[in-house]
Amino acid sequence: MINWKVILNIAKIHLVTRIKQTSIAALGVTFGIGAYITLVSFMTGLNAMLDNLILNQTPHIHIYNEIEPSKQQPLDLYDKVGNSFKVIHSIKPKLSQKKIHNALPIIKYLNEDDNVKGAIPQIKAQIFYIAGSIELGGNLTGINALDEARFFNFQNYLVKGSTEDLHNITNGILLGSGVADKMSLDVGDRVQISTIKGDIFPLKIVGIYQSGLAEIDAIQSFANLKTVQRILGEAENYITDINVKLHDMELAFDMSQKIEKQFKLKAIDIKTANAQFETGTSIRNIITYAVSITLLIVAGFGIYNILNMLIYEKMNDIAILKATGFSGKDVQMIFMSQAMIIGIVGGVLGLIIGFGLSLLINNVPFETEALPTIKTFPVNFNGWFYLIGFVFALISTFFAGYLPAKKAKKIDPVKIIRGQ
Amino acid sequence: MSVVLETKHVNKYFKKPVLFHVLKNINIKVNKGEFASIMGKSGCGKSTLLYILSTMDTDYEGELYINNELISGESGDKLSYIRNKHIGFVFQFHYLLSEFTVLENVMLPAKKLGEKSLKEIEQDAYQKLKILDIEHLAKKRASRISGGEKQRVAIARALINNPSIIMGDEPTGNLDSHNAENVFNIFKRLSVDEGLSLLIVTHDTDFANKTDRIIQMSDGEII
Repeated sequence: MINWKVILNIAKIHLVTRIKQTSIAALGVTFGIGAYITLVSFMTGLNAMLDNLILNQTPHIHIYNEIEPSKQQPLDLYDKVGNSFKVIHSIKPKLSQKKIHNALPIIKYLNEDDNVKGAIPQIKAQIFYIAGSIELGGNLTGINALDEARFFNFQNYLVKGSTEDLHNITNGILLGSGVADKMSLDVGDRVQISTIKGDIFPLKIVGIYQSGLAEIDAIQSFANLKTVQRILGEAENYITDINVKLHDMELAFDMSQKIEKQFKLKAIDIKTANAQFETGTSIRNIITYAVSITLLIVAGFGIYNILNMLIYEKMNDIAILKATGFSGKDVQMIFMSQAMIIGIVGGVLGLIIGFGLSLLINNVPFETEALPTIKTFPVNFNGWFYLIGFVFALISTFFAGYLPAKKAKKIDPVKIIRGQ
Repeated sequence: MSVVLETKHVNKYFKKPVLFHVLKNINIKVNKGEFASIMGKSGCGKSTLLYILSTMDTDYEGELYINNELISGESGDKLSYIRNKHIGFVFQFHYLLSEFTVLENVMLPAKKLGEKSLKEIEQDAYQKLKILDIEHLAKKRASRISGGEKQRVAIARALINNPSIIMGDEPTGNLDSHNAENVFNIFKRLSVDEGLSLLIVTHDTDFANKTDRIIQMSDGEII
């Protein structure tokens, strides 16, 4: 039977009468936990931002019609030369169209799939921007503006104008910022574009697009699907690309394989397209945890040291407590509870300091070309980090207190009393 | 007359550095209300015997009875409980917890026992301090009082759970003759007025001569 009230009272008096040592031990934990919270919040915030940079605008599956040579050449079908060594010169790509055959039914089919969040069409077209006698090469992509905003956060990359503006104005264009700079154009101006075939169309600039990659911004523009179809002189079923967003990104690979087989199209999943981004994320996480755990281990040694000294100092007290009827377990609990009190107080303070620092970082201005909508450093305020941090604090102080407390438990009072 | 403390054929050996037979077939009895002292030269084993009797040293052969109950071979927790409830200790050194007040020091063993409410324990503690004439020190920190006073606080602490027996290991060894006299008178009064049993190890002959019975020891044997 352990009388906790008495034990905690003794622990409390030990801690309070040594307030300096106690606070130093607690501060060790506080700094460890505070640093962990700050680091992990900032790092994961940054990770999420960098991931989003890729994930938000990248479709989980990109479907298009690849222009490539037939895998089976006619000679392969001719079995009379079956065992011979065959050489074919100047293989040409198979004659096929750029558009996806039956695109609209495929989109409809994909949108009915439960795993699919959305499948939306795009048309990619080569065009020229015309400025007087100068022609600038460029890409015009036909999009369904509202869907792009909904599934791929398209609006984050508009420095001026909005997706609604594009949706509402039939002859509107979202001009790449690089193009706009080169041609000294701004929202409200008109820009003339010419197709490869030579037809010239005037479009009204309703917004400026900026991806952050100068090479893309110097050529890329967006217009409505129908506008692009009209410019190209194609029918309403002319679609060159389908972008699919899934509820669960992990399914992308299997799904892309299935689509390739089913529709005989090229389907690229996000992991194949961006293999490097996951590596960066996991390495940053490892660094965060390594630093935090190191800090906590250092704090743990501090507690261990202070408790050890306290036990040497309190040898007589331990002896008399045992002589007057406190069991070894009681004595162990006195020192364990001191360690745990240091852990709890230090841990809670650490959480508060970590939260404060995270708030501070969250308000530090951070402006980048790549993300026009982000104004301050990203911080991830996730409740789990606080829970993990607190559990960390308890575990490390538990181990730091365990050995000294065990030693106190084993002290033989007779040896101490007779040694006086 | 009832027996408070009894040993039967207690033997003890020190194994380090060489095998040494410290206590040889010790048989003693302490009756209720008896004030006994153990005397002998340094190294004759009297303190060793006392710590066996105190239940703190469990490394011996033979049987130990407290209140006619065999307690040899009991578990550590049980022994702690027995010490808490039945035995009061006074050592040469006072062993007060220096950060605690005098009152808290006296109350601590009773709080551990947990048989009474905090209020009752406090009342008891004041009563014990009063018996020892030091109730005015109750609220002082234990580190702030004189050596003689500390020893009296230690006696009050030994009395708080109304033990069956008080054991002392040279309780006057660190005190001047005036304070030693004082402590003896307190013991004597407790023995006569309260019917308390006392077993005191000492090599102060004056002290021993005034007790009811002297147990003389030599080379690990009782003479």
